[in-house]
Amino acid sequence: MRGENGVGKTSLLRLLTGLSKAESGEVLWNGQSIFVDPGAYHRQLLFLGHRDALKEEFSALENLQMYASLDDVNLTAEIALAALWRFGLRGRENLPVHYLSAGQKRRVLMARMLTRQASLWILDEPFNALDVNAIEELEHLIAEHLEGGGMLILTSHQVIRLPKVKVLDL
Amino acid sequence: MNALLTMVKRDLLLVMRRKSEALTALFFFVVVTSLFPLGIGADAALLRKIAPGIIWVAALLSTLLGLQRMFAADYADGTLEQLVLSPQPLVLLVTGKIIAHWIVCGLPLVLLAPVIGLQFDLDSSSLYVLMATLFLGTPVLSLLGSIGAALTLGVRGGSLLMSLLILPLYIPVLIFGAGAVYANSVGLNTSGHFSLLGALLILALAFVPWVSTAAVKIAIE
Repeated sequence: MRGENGVGKTSLLRLLTGLSKAESGEVLWNGQSIFVDPGAYHRQLLFLGHRDALKEEFSALENLQMYASLDDVNLTAEIALAALWRFGLRGRENLPVHYLSAGQKRRVLMARMLTRQASLWILDEPFNALDVNAIEELEHLIAEHLEGGGMLILTSHQVIRLPKVKVLDL
Repeated sequence: MNALLTMVKRDLLLVMRRKSEALTALFFFVVVTSLFPLGIGADAALLRKIAPGIIWVAALLSTLLGLQRMFAADYADGTLEQLVLSPQPLVLLVTGKIIAHWIVCGLPLVLLAPVIGLQFDLDSSSLYVLMATLFLGTPVLSLLGSIGAALTLGVRGGSLLMSLLILPLYIPVLIFGAGAVYANSVGLNTSGHFSLLGALLILALAFVPWVSTAAVKIAIE
């Protein structure tokens, strides 16, 4: 999804997640409105907005484990650590998130995307604050997700190098 | 149920990592209740008479201090959105937050009450009644307060507005809580007060989590 600042990209994403309600029309998931069985929809949904939604007092590992248990995902410490290491956070997994840089926080979020086991990702400007390497890693992660049959809706100001990407200009 | 326990554990761990905020409310309670005996002087009869009211009012105000944090921090960093989008029922998560608030801001008051009561020269039976009323009453304070905390999310000057919204709702708890201690001290039966406090707690437990959940959803939208 592309568009100028303030054109309503984030609002549209929030409508899709069900955080905001549309004045008219409805959002369907598997043929039924997302408000009929929100639990089932939320199980398949991962939404990452502008704010990183990480608890500053917790370490990266604790954040991952907390979200896994809130999202009802089975996550062992080994898998969580492997996910964090994959995104270059080796040695920082037990550091409070407070001490991480903005880019490193986004990397923790990438580890969350990897471990969340959701089929629909809705990402609001996921490429923000990432360095060149991290952008590449995120593109890999997204490609893996799509190859595994996952779906993705994202907003971005950059050109996305992904196969079969449909661009919606708002 | 698991979701509820996770939430309670998470919030308690957060408080452990940032002790100062929780301790502030507790110190407030201790300091305010200690100021009265110092200011009034050694008139034991008068102190005994005003003790229940003062301790209960201090409990209300110190609960208010902690309430602001209940949802505001999660709202500010976007965690609240993630909680709403979690597959778990939001009402369980909200209930977990309320329980955590009570453990941090309510339970310590119950445990401190006997020490505070001694400063007011309360006898042991009054201390027991005071503890029991606080034990029944403080959960109601946390529950009712959660409505105010959720409704004032994202409002500028929200904490002041929250006090105005919530304090009037605390009046019944204050009347029956302080009333029971007073009734006991003049030799009256306190079972009526306890029944009413218990009824308030059950009513609040049954309805308030739903109301707060609705308020959180409105705030997120």
